[in-house]
Amino acid sequence: MTQAQLQETANIPALLEEPGVRKWQDFFGFQTDHKVIGIQYLVTSFIFYCIGGVMADLVRTELRTPEVDFVTPEVYNSLFTLHATIMIFLWIVPAGAGFANYLIPLMIGAKDMAFPRLNAVAFWMIPPAGVLLIASLVVGDAPDAGWTSYPPLSLVTGQVGEGIWIMSVLLLGTSSILGSINFLVTLIKMRIPSMDIHKMPLFCWAMFATSSLVLVSTPVLAAGLILLSFDLIAGTTFFNPTGGGDPVVYQHMFWFYSHPAVYIMILPFFGAISEIIPIHSRKPIFGYKAIAYSSLAISFLGLIVWAHHMFTSGIPGWLRMFFMITTMIIAVPTGIKIFSWLATMWGGKIRLNSAMLFAIGFVGTFVIGGISGVMLAAVPFDIHVHDTYFVVAHLHYVLFGGSVLGIFAAIYHWFPKMTGRMVNEFWGKVHFALTIVGLNMTFLPMHKLGLMGMNRRIAQYDPKFTTLNEICTYGSYILAISTFPFIINAIWSWLYGEKAGNNPWRALTLEWMTTSPPAIENFDRTPVLATGPYDYGLERANEGVPLSDPNPILSGGPNSVLRAEPDPAVAANPEDRK
Amino acid sequence: MKIPSSIWTLLIGIVLTLASLWYGQNHGLLPAAATDEAVLVDGLFNAMMIVSTGIFLLVEGILIYSAFKYRRRAGDNEDGPPVEGNVPLEILWTAIPAIIVIGISVYSFDVYNEIGGFDPHAIHEAPINQESMKMPGHGSAMAATLSDTPGSSEPNLNQEKSDEAMQDPATAKVRNADQIPQLRNAPGVGSVAPTIGESPDREGKPAQLQVNVTGLQYAWIFTYPETGITTGEMHVPIGREVEINMTANDVIHAFWVPEFRLKQDAIPGRQSNIRFTPKKAGDYVLICAELCGPYHGAMRAPVVVESEEAFDKWMQEQLVASKETLNQAVAVNPANLSPNDFLAPYTKDMGIKPEILHQVHH
Repeated sequence: MTQAQLQETANIPALLEEPGVRKWQDFFGFQTDHKVIGIQYLVTSFIFYCIGGVMADLVRTELRTPEVDFVTPEVYNSLFTLHATIMIFLWIVPAGAGFANYLIPLMIGAKDMAFPRLNAVAFWMIPPAGVLLIASLVVGDAPDAGWTSYPPLSLVTGQVGEGIWIMSVLLLGTSSILGSINFLVTLIKMRIPSMDIHKMPLFCWAMFATSSLVLVSTPVLAAGLILLSFDLIAGTTFFNPTGGGDPVVYQHMFWFYSHPAVYIMILPFFGAISEIIPIHSRKPIFGYKAIAYSSLAISFLGLIVWAHHMFTSGIPGWLRMFFMITTMIIAVPTGIKIFSWLATMWGGKIRLNSAMLFAIGFVGTFVIGGISGVMLAAVPFDIHVHDTYFVVAHLHYVLFGGSVLGIFAAIYHWFPKMTGRMVNEFWGKVHFALTIVGLNMTFLPMHKLGLMGMNRRIAQYDPKFTTLNEICTYGSYILAISTFPFIINAIWSWLYGEKAGNNPWRALTLEWMTTSPPAIENFDRTPVLATGPYDYGLERANEGVPLSDPNPILSGGPNSVLRAEPDPAVAANPEDRK
Repeated sequence: MKIPSSIWTLLIGIVLTLASLWYGQNHGLLPAAATDEAVLVDGLFNAMMIVSTGIFLLVEGILIYSAFKYRRRAGDNEDGPPVEGNVPLEILWTAIPAIIVIGISVYSFDVYNEIGGFDPHAIHEAPINQESMKMPGHGSAMAATLSDTPGSSEPNLNQEKSDEAMQDPATAKVRNADQIPQLRNAPGVGSVAPTIGESPDREGKPAQLQVNVTGLQYAWIFTYPETGITTGEMHVPIGREVEINMTANDVIHAFWVPEFRLKQDAIPGRQSNIRFTPKKAGDYVLICAELCGPYHGAMRAPVVVESEEAFDKWMQEQLVASKETLNQAVAVNPANLSPNDFLAPYTKDMGIKPEILHQVHH
């Protein structure tokens, strides 16, 4: 047996006949196991993704023609408001938290999160908040002031809908803060003693950066929303110009969270991609420290770029220059990550399975979003395209091409660990192909629309934009269709898929060093760190601690870093089975 | 013959550069440039397109090349070469984007300064007083920033005209006016510095033409303070520097003419202004770019850029048409009014009867 296989056997719990088996009812109750909570997060947020997606398709259907002919303008405004709110607060952010919940304790060798009950509480705030938000559609007074909810507009449209929106977002923000505290404490205090901070998998680094950002920025949004609700309900005038309030102050408070929110949504998937690319390229990640520290840099810089959303709303010239420069600079750590991923792939042995395809798609589309982001930072140009479809295109390339493709890559990658079964690769690839075609067809033409003069959030537009809008609309239908192979594949494979074994990818991070799915408390005893997280192809056999040591965790010293030798008798790659 | 890889790299680099240079100039993504400012902004955009095309082709090229070239062959379970890092390479690809973004920043700053955006002192000098509640009328174009400018005693024409427009039964229905409490007499809390002010070579000089613009759900109202003309469409002459003073009556709107490459939010309780010089004749559309309600998409107004002669002719026509309303407006000069009369329009909305006011004063 190789050292890595020894490590696996040493770490796999021996007590349970069928480790990790749970009753299906457990997923519908208040459970404290981080893996159950992680899956609860993922499934719940995916349901909201489907709801938000239906809304997006309704919006696009309205926009197929220049006239208002599908829904009323009021309903149209509610649809895009709810679409954005759901996709941000109920899909991408909770999905990131779901992966973090599932993976962090496994990756750092802990039995559970630091505060398991708090963890469950954080999750159980999400379904009521989501149901509340969607209920506003049913009561007939849905929020329709955009997801930014700028006063005074938000104060003069429907009061009930706006109140519901504030309440729902406050709940989701609270959930996010509680989750972040838990992630931070877990990452700092619960790592196995032999895992020093530079042996932590990059996903953990990314979650560290994300959680810090959440803790600093979310309370500011909460404060802004509470003041807005006072204006709305109690008649104060914090943001209402009739009483001497200032609507621009709201914008500052709102964007102090909502720009960092972009990084809250993308950083976890930067982390996931940093896991997926080296494993499926069979190479160590290129520039581990550069990637780790660039996450922290993004998290810090992310806090000082918010005013670029307000270049046209009347802030002083010098302040625009300051925010232009900080916004531009954030492209540097992001660029470091992208180049490091490319270098990791370069010369590797790339397994082009669904997870890796989505990871490649992530890098490819995120680059487009990143480039248009740098353009938007340039003040004179931003003045032209602010609040147009160019911005819509940019943010969808970042959040769909980045976050959502990242979520799918992560689901395909960790599916064997979560369920013990492999996904069907064929349908995974169909899903990928439809998504990439739909994504580019929907969002690429929007760049031109915005530059030529189509503003966003309108139900009726100049007829000269009809053709491009039709392309976008049909693209969005392809995106809707692309979800079906995924849903069916996920459910079918979960029930009947091929057994995966504990470590189908021959990965080296700790989450693969236990059973699939993992047992209730993950590991029988404190796991052994026999390799670094990304030591593919490395031979460092003589440096480390022998695993035959009966009490390895006490031996201290540098960890042995070994390579997983393929067993010639077994087809090591899932793709070669059959 | 085997061509060395360094020559391949060079060739690819040259092709990439040429392709980027060509596409950056020929993308055809922008509408016509109708102001002097637009030409500068387009120059910046083209430069960014050149760089962006280069980066796009490079990254996507490497990505797709790697995915095909280095894909695993069936049965190959070896690991790739364990290359973990390369410090000079990492420094290089940190430095190159840093230099690029600094370069774009400097260029952007230059353009921004040229079009008159950068004035480090503007916001600090903005007065916060009663006068700022009124639109800067005729007089100094810099009224918003010079606190010692004597306040105009003229009535706020813009406000009156927009109030009148609000009464128009044809549009009142879509405007759901009665649901907007702060619609009338929205007070100013201060004023905003010129957000796109005069270009450096015109520093300190007033704009040659002033247009006051009021945004309200869902219409734009234009007033020419020199002549008192109020219209629903904006005419500006080629070659004369125009200053737009804008505010909003109800919610935030944004002034955007795509061909001018200029945008500025019109915020209730605030005033903001932009200056530009029209350059290319044509009929354009002023679009509200900030979500302002369900009929936001319909909030558009015609903008005509025309020759000086055509503009003067149009002005004369408007003057004849609006003479009566102008006379009415001049008659209401607050300096000649008693406090009761002056306050009457304000107190009426608050439910205060004139008798009560009378008692207060005596």
